Amino acid sequence: MSDANDDVLLRVSGLRTWYPIKQGLLRKTTGYVQAATDVGFTIAPGETLALVGESGCGKSTVGRSILRLENPQEGEVFFEGRDLLALDEEALRAARQRVQIVFQDPMASLDPRMRIRDQIAEGMHSFGIGADDAERGERVARLLERVQLDPAAMDRYPHEFSGGQRQRICIARALAVEPRLIVCDESVSALDVSIQAQILNLLRELQDELGLSYLFITHDLSVVKYLAHQVAVMYLGKIVEQGPTERIFASPAHPYTQGLLAAIPSIDPDRRGGAPPVLGDVPSPSDPPAGCHFHTRCPRVMDRCRREVPSLVPVEGGASRCFLSSEDPPENH
Amino acid sequence: MSAVLEVRDLRTAFPSSGGPVPVVDGVSFDLNRGEVLALVGESGSGKSMTALSAMRLVPKPGRVVSGSVRLDGTELLDLPVTEMRRVRGARMAMIFQEPMTCLNPVVRVGEQVIEAIQLHEDVSKAEARARTRELFVEVGIPDPEARLDAFPHQLSGGLKQRVMIAMALSTRPEILIADEPTTALDVTVQAQILALLRDLQRDRDAAILLITHDLGIVNELADRVAVMYAGRLVEVAERRALLSDPRHPYTQGLLRSIPALARPGEALPEIPGVVPSPDQWPAGCRFATRCPKRIDRCDTDFPEETAPAEGRRVWCHVHDGEGA
Repeated sequence: MSDANDDVLLRVSGLRTWYPIKQGLLRKTTGYVQAATDVGFTIAPGETLALVGESGCGKSTVGRSILRLENPQEGEVFFEGRDLLALDEEALRAARQRVQIVFQDPMASLDPRMRIRDQIAEGMHSFGIGADDAERGERVARLLERVQLDPAAMDRYPHEFSGGQRQRICIARALAVEPRLIVCDESVSALDVSIQAQILNLLRELQDELGLSYLFITHDLSVVKYLAHQVAVMYLGKIVEQGPTERIFASPAHPYTQGLLAAIPSIDPDRRGGAPPVLGDVPSPSDPPAGCHFHTRCPRVMDRCRREVPSLVPVEGGASRCFLSSEDPPENH
Repeated sequence: MSAVLEVRDLRTAFPSSGGPVPVVDGVSFDLNRGEVLALVGESGSGKSMTALSAMRLVPKPGRVVSGSVRLDGTELLDLPVTEMRRVRGARMAMIFQEPMTCLNPVVRVGEQVIEAIQLHEDVSKAEARARTRELFVEVGIPDPEARLDAFPHQLSGGLKQRVMIAMALSTRPEILIADEPTTALDVTVQAQILALLRDLQRDRDAAILLITHDLGIVNELADRVAVMYAGRLVEVAERRALLSDPRHPYTQGLLRSIPALARPGEALPEIPGVVPSPDQWPAGCRFATRCPKRIDRCDTDFPEETAPAEGRRVWCHVHDGEGA
């Protein structure tokens, strides 16, 4: 499947990334951590898709698989019309200019011994952007201004900046190579709320100006509402629901999405003290429950959920992996 | 309402080459019997250090410089170390964000709670084990008998947190200090732990000092809220009053910048700038450098405490009561 189609920048389909569990002297594979199974979605130019879920759901694995930082066993990742999973090393390197990633912890992704100007310019070197050091220096200055940092600070080292400022540096570094898609892997999760708001606004301004697309990976649904156009909810390696952000928040179809939304502590002083919507813990992705993976915690579990694997069925503007979604209309929560 | 813990003008500092760096700078509040008081703030606000100071657990080389912390009238800051240790185990207990900070990875979790009980009470091992089992039931650990013999790594994050809560409750403390107790948990598990803390507080009528950065958690659990910024209190109010009618510009900014409240298509209201580090605290109001309502006085004069309404304390020269 290829997309000559202009309204799709990234099309992921049938993606499967399992990690072998090796045990014993002979390192025999005894099982798999089923991190991502049959994952598919599309992102349009200038659009944000939020991939959400709790720890161990596989959302980061999907992000890393798209960049081929992991090796998926199956699937296609069509970006600008080419399957990234089929590219040789050289072609992949070139493609990576167009897809960048920003992680949760900027301190871990910045080199503490390198001035930030050199870190931001590094990608420009690799991809031949800018004629000489002077021009690249000028570009670094403009990038720092763009992420609202003082260009005069370009000769400083990462430790001289606050957490929020470091995340701005990581964003500037990603922008330096003129990407079309940025994978944001929990990029604002470690920030205080007042700083988080600054970075979210910055990401949205950059999107409006540059027509960037984001794959926004997060466990925090309140952030999603602000930034995302589309939402895909993952549970134990599979997408259980996807659709337009507004619809997901207004009338979630899948019981897991419903529970996830209901579990967010409200700041409405008239609303508190609700019973926990989902009980128990997430089972291990190395031994997910048979049938629907969510059946062990689902408040609306039926007999067939324990035996049969539900497939994605269309719901308004998206899809839901639940038998109930095809039987009765989603309830408003 | 009577105070079980009275904190007065508490000051805690860390030494540095340029002189002592304050992290808690003149904080006063009461924790009343049977109430949940939330200490709220962003990183660097001093909220955790305030709690650690009250427990006399400030990591070295930091130390409480001055002030008073009274538990039922007893001054804790003057107590001999051995007595303070007994207070900490039996009368004030703490639960942390990361359960492994107080669970021993190589000892079965039941054994750890049994030890905690036997350390403070003269009871037989069988009795302590029976009590531990009851506690496991109370904190919602499924299959408690089997879980007594589990090692920490065999339990999920949510279960470890439940074990830590059971351990904290094991000596029937008068005060529970919970420092970001759900921050490391997934949101569905967080909802379970919040419900558990709410039930425990109601059933035991315990006083809880809740430290959090999350105003949603404040709303779920707290009766009253104390907002901290750069080592100081800026506003104290009853939960509903604080959330529906914040008076301090910082509290107002914090509430507005929550993304869940954003209107579609509009920029999220931000608080510009960053929390200043202690060596860069302004001479006047600590929030002056980021405050949208700053007037000249704010740069030079420290705002005095005002009490604009019953139960409300605000430290601000310009607070106008118009709310958010």
